Amino acid sequence: MAQERRFPIGSPILEVKNVSLSFGGVKAITNASFSILTHEIKAIIGPNGAGKSSMLNCINGIYQPQQGSIIFKNELLSKVNPNLIAKKGISRTFQNLALFKRMSVLDNILIGRRLHMNANFVQVAFQTNKARREELENRKKCEEIIEFLEIDDIKNTPVGKLPYGLQKKVELGRALATEAEVLLLDEPMAGMNVEEKREMCRFILKVNDEIGTTMVLIEHDMGVVMDISDNVVVLDYGKTLADGPPSEIRANQDVIDAYLGVAHD
Amino acid sequence: MKSNNIFMEYTKNDIINFLLLMFVALLIIPITIESGYWYSSILIPWLCLALASIGQQIVMGYAGQLALGAAGFMAAGAFACYNLILRVPDIPFFVALVLSGLIAAAFGILFGLPSLRVRGIYLMVATLASQFFIVWMIDKFGWFKNYDSSGIITAQDIVIMGKSFTSPLEMYLVIVFVVTVLTLLAVNMARGSTGRNWMAVRDMDIAAESMGISLLRTKLQAFAISAFYCGVAGALFAFTYLKSLEPVAFDIKLSFKILFMVILGGLGTISGAFIGAAFILLFPVLLNSVGNNIFHGAIDATIISSIEQVVFGVLIIIFMIYEPLGMAKLWDNIILKFKKNN
Repeated sequence: MAQERRFPIGSPILEVKNVSLSFGGVKAITNASFSILTHEIKAIIGPNGAGKSSMLNCINGIYQPQQGSIIFKNELLSKVNPNLIAKKGISRTFQNLALFKRMSVLDNILIGRRLHMNANFVQVAFQTNKARREELENRKKCEEIIEFLEIDDIKNTPVGKLPYGLQKKVELGRALATEAEVLLLDEPMAGMNVEEKREMCRFILKVNDEIGTTMVLIEHDMGVVMDISDNVVVLDYGKTLADGPPSEIRANQDVIDAYLGVAHD
Repeated sequence: MKSNNIFMEYTKNDIINFLLLMFVALLIIPITIESGYWYSSILIPWLCLALASIGQQIVMGYAGQLALGAAGFMAAGAFACYNLILRVPDIPFFVALVLSGLIAAAFGILFGLPSLRVRGIYLMVATLASQFFIVWMIDKFGWFKNYDSSGIITAQDIVIMGKSFTSPLEMYLVIVFVVTVLTLLAVNMARGSTGRNWMAVRDMDIAAESMGISLLRTKLQAFAISAFYCGVAGALFAFTYLKSLEPVAFDIKLSFKILFMVILGGLGTISGAFIGAAFILLFPVLLNSVGNNIFHGAIDATIISSIEQVVFGVLIIIFMIYEPLGMAKLWDNIILKFKKNN
């Protein structure tokens, strides 16, 4: 697969350098460093409390690391907030679902198009040509995403009424709608059954293959991780334990001790 | 596309409803109702308060910011309009009205600032500042009241293009015009990307921010637009219903009334603003006439007014429990049931 990719893996797009984050006395991340390459699928794994979600929150601008730097496309991200990060081209999904529960599936995904819509409220209020055109164009885009994710039949349902697996899909759809260069997926397959996981993997691979989106995903299912990711970074107690292709990670003794364990036979 | 609630384009139903409402408002009512009482005591205050409720709806129902102080913004609008007409020679009424709304909107932005730091019940307390500050300011500085010593100032007549609109029916028509235009604009915003951004902030602000929505801008925008609606409503309220300007008319009780209208009507619906306003305004009138006609004064008037309050409170509680989405939702359900049976 790696040979015939439409978007071959390139140079680093996002670099995390010596990042440390603590909440009072609790150290969530200690001196973690790794980089994410353009067009790759990178998995972040590690035991609970290893600082994986905190890491995404740092990249995403929700948390400000006390030390270290995060560099996106050769630009140092400092003094950031999620809104700014979104504008730079990084989008994400959340571990515990952060959908707009009372809004329909279509509206949720339309929010993902936020940065592609610039009509101001006066133009919207008076329904000027610009506002109308923009709304129709973006709706069309969202319909495409809805079709891609095969959730056509529920597009007008309020998201809060949907089962968990579908909500996860909608959240992926919302992230896709942003057309961001980098997608941060925080446990996109948590709580899904095998069937749903397989489907989700298919979507992730397809997006990566067809649009070349760089993916960073946190996942606990090692089968999935080893299957779909190009590179894996392992965090343990907030430190980077290992960073490399799946085959290397699987053989790494530190990782086996800390996280993977050995099969009992 | 088979889906029927793709907004953007108005559906056939929307247009039919709109024409029907306009037909009733502009033909049926003016032809059939002659008594000035209906206009000046029911229709005019209803439409004014419904407009203010739309304002409250925008900030609370759509943007999810628990704000309490609509009457403060109404006061700002009312006194702004009075002063504009008083001090700017030959200012057209509608220009004065829009400018009053904009002045109220400026206050809205100012008092919306706490929403960037606090939320929920704490925000409610913080926004109460608008209620007290604006009314205090008008009372404190004589300039706003043109140094009138009596404390109650008579509002100027509404003059549009040289014609004065002073009879109840004429004032009613002016209000219908303003309310129709502003309601349409509110519906457009609510259904369009503006309203979507508000609702996203309401439902999950962190996610909204991660999608590129600026919380600062969106919240303050909602506060400003909300205050604009309240300001225009306040000016109309003072000029057509009260026919006078007194800060005490815009006290905290009015703010609470508007809050109840929005909650009972249904949070996050424009129609809820109208239904809620009608309910809060008409129910006491209804209860009163029931009390007077059925019990023929057998029950003391003070008891009746107490019962009114009790029934009111109970209804709010019942609504909150059984239909948190309010009377607008109830109405939708009735229509839906009716359609199913046919």
